[in-house]
Amino acid sequence: MFKILSNEMIAENIYKMDILAPRVAKSAKPGQFIIVRVDDKGERVPLTISDFDSERGSVQIVVQALGHSTKKLVSLGSGEFVKDFAGPLGNASDFISEDFELLRNKKVVFVGGGVGAAPVYPQVKFFSDLGICTDVVLGFKNENFVILKNEFESLNANVHFCTDDGSFGFKGLVTDKLEELIKSKNIDIVVTIGPMIMMKFVAELTKKYDIKTIASLNTLMVDGTGMCGGCRVSVNDEIKFTCVDGPEFDAHLVDFDEAMSRQSTYKEEENHKCRLDGDLNV
Amino acid sequence: MSKIDRVPVREQSPDIRRSNFEEVSFGYNEEEAVLEASRCLNCKRPMCVSKCPVSIDIPGFISFVKERNFDKAYEILSKYTSLPAVCGRVCPQEVQCESKCVLGIRGEPVAIGKLERFVADWALENNFKVDSDIVFNGHKVAVIGSGPSGLTCAGDLAKLGYEVTIFEALHEAGGVLTYGIPEFRLPKDKVVKPEVDKLKDLGVKIETNVIVGRTVTIDELISEEGFEAVYIGSGAGLPRFMNIPGENAKGVFSANEFLTRANLMKAYRDDYDTPIKPGKRTAVVGGGNVAMDAARTALRLGSEVYIVYRRSEEELPARREEVHHAKEEGINFELLTNPVEILSDENGWVKGIRCIRMKLGEADSSGRRRPVPIEDSEFVIDVDSVIMSIGTTPNPLISSTTSDIETNKKGCIIADDDGRTSKNRVFAGGDIVTGAATVILAMGAGKSAAKAIDDMIKNK
Repeated sequence: MFKILSNEMIAENIYKMDILAPRVAKSAKPGQFIIVRVDDKGERVPLTISDFDSERGSVQIVVQALGHSTKKLVSLGSGEFVKDFAGPLGNASDFISEDFELLRNKKVVFVGGGVGAAPVYPQVKFFSDLGICTDVVLGFKNENFVILKNEFESLNANVHFCTDDGSFGFKGLVTDKLEELIKSKNIDIVVTIGPMIMMKFVAELTKKYDIKTIASLNTLMVDGTGMCGGCRVSVNDEIKFTCVDGPEFDAHLVDFDEAMSRQSTYKEEENHKCRLDGDLNV
Repeated sequence: MSKIDRVPVREQSPDIRRSNFEEVSFGYNEEEAVLEASRCLNCKRPMCVSKCPVSIDIPGFISFVKERNFDKAYEILSKYTSLPAVCGRVCPQEVQCESKCVLGIRGEPVAIGKLERFVADWALENNFKVDSDIVFNGHKVAVIGSGPSGLTCAGDLAKLGYEVTIFEALHEAGGVLTYGIPEFRLPKDKVVKPEVDKLKDLGVKIETNVIVGRTVTIDELISEEGFEAVYIGSGAGLPRFMNIPGENAKGVFSANEFLTRANLMKAYRDDYDTPIKPGKRTAVVGGGNVAMDAARTALRLGSEVYIVYRRSEEELPARREEVHHAKEEGINFELLTNPVEILSDENGWVKGIRCIRMKLGEADSSGRRRPVPIEDSEFVIDVDSVIMSIGTTPNPLISSTTSDIETNKKGCIIADDDGRTSKNRVFAGGDIVTGAATVILAMGAGKSAAKAIDDMIKNK
């Protein structure tokens, strides 16, 4: 059993939860995810890590309550427990193991969308802590869906909020903002996390400009340790398992259409909703 | 009944069991068990024991069954195996102990497996426990993986007085016994959980949700958490695929995914949240026990099922009993048939599997005749679901995050017969060393390693 330390609604239907999980907190790195199971009959739901505090032993997740399982999860209050909380899963972001001096000379842009903004946060924080200023483009449907505004603004980063209707920040898609940045700055790397469709369009844009791009994939999975193969994606025409080979891949080599199709496998099942369903308009 | 005839085991009739998840075999009752046990000749040099990977004193326990002294029979079993109710159900006895039974020369061998199951079930039902007065010796050992190999190693070490912690990546202990083997062959609440609980009674701690290699590394377990030895029994978990066109269509699953949803996550039950997608017509590719399990699970979920296997019936790697059960239940066998492409509809869903007929050619390195395609023999089986069950490869999580541990070309950890790896204090056994094999071989490896770990710690 894992204790919920806090649960706060931070936007329409989106919740920020801190879970006491000392082993996970101690090992967590930017780019990784966890699997949570609410109760005995719950399914195993993969969710990205949005922050962690190894001293406190807590891990933060941001959850959009859409399906049965995520609704059950966010209905729990602080002091209550989730049955299982396993992780950290997946490989840490490549940046972690790179030479920091080399990183300093790179111009990195993060592009997040919807709840995908949450896993962008620990990555930007990692750079910010090293004193490296990055650009961050975050897209939301409208101002009611904007999350982690204060957190991002407290970092050493140029944060560009975008909304479809212009109700907050830049009016337009993240790709519009990204193209502006590409034209005005010499960008070396783009990292994108969010709905598959958004990552696909980001990848198409950056390919045009020949900018290295990394996508963090959110696929269906059961165990998260390589066993089920449900998370398989085609990368450069090879089968890769998101959980053990990823979740980050070269976005220009990922078959996004196939990935999106696979993601809809269980769409009809009443009890199951993919965690990003319904929020494709970022 | 003459000595030649084996006491038949009662089973659920195929017509009924094909739509439920209750156990297929009812096992023996007391009368039947005593009668079957009375067939045992109690050989002076029992060949059955020589073919048991954990060397159970088979005539010994059977002779007590004959005398209706079931608690003594159970005590003997317990000396050799921590999981008798499991072994009695899933061991391939026909190629192990029972294959060497003298009675088998002229008739049917003693039903050793069914007797083992009877004794183990009797002990579980009567809550009979073997007295153990374990004195902790103050040494700590970590076991990675709570499958048959890890459970056996942990049990043996606990009996020797070690403080053992098992680290399990999933939320439930049991490994393949829990996620892989279906309820109708190995009931979870009746058999697996109680056998795991018996280990807890011995003082074994089980920490679930710990993914060694991610949550904590082996190096950390040794240097920071004070474990003096580590046994890796993490299994061969990664599913293989055929790399044929269409394999990533919706409706193509690995047997691991399909079975994990059904067994571990209980997706076949309406009161559980995990979804499962059985097709109306399902092709299961492969011919091993896992393929039979997936096929029979799909059948029970309402699918019409085809086993597609590239060799002939004789080479089917699955246990005879399981093939027989599958046929009785109405699974269709497309033998000497190999898939070449998975076809999908305009929405990306599977709509068929294109196969080619095969014939057997010269023997290959496995000693079996190699299947070769017959030209112009392609045909399509109309299915809306495909389950790939063509084997697994070792999970790289541990080997890639542990310093100084050697693996072979297939990614298996290299270990000697006692489980010693290239890394000091680290032992390994079961599928992570051998590649996918049987429950009982994994148990044998866990047992040898427990002994080697004890030797190492005592002699340092």
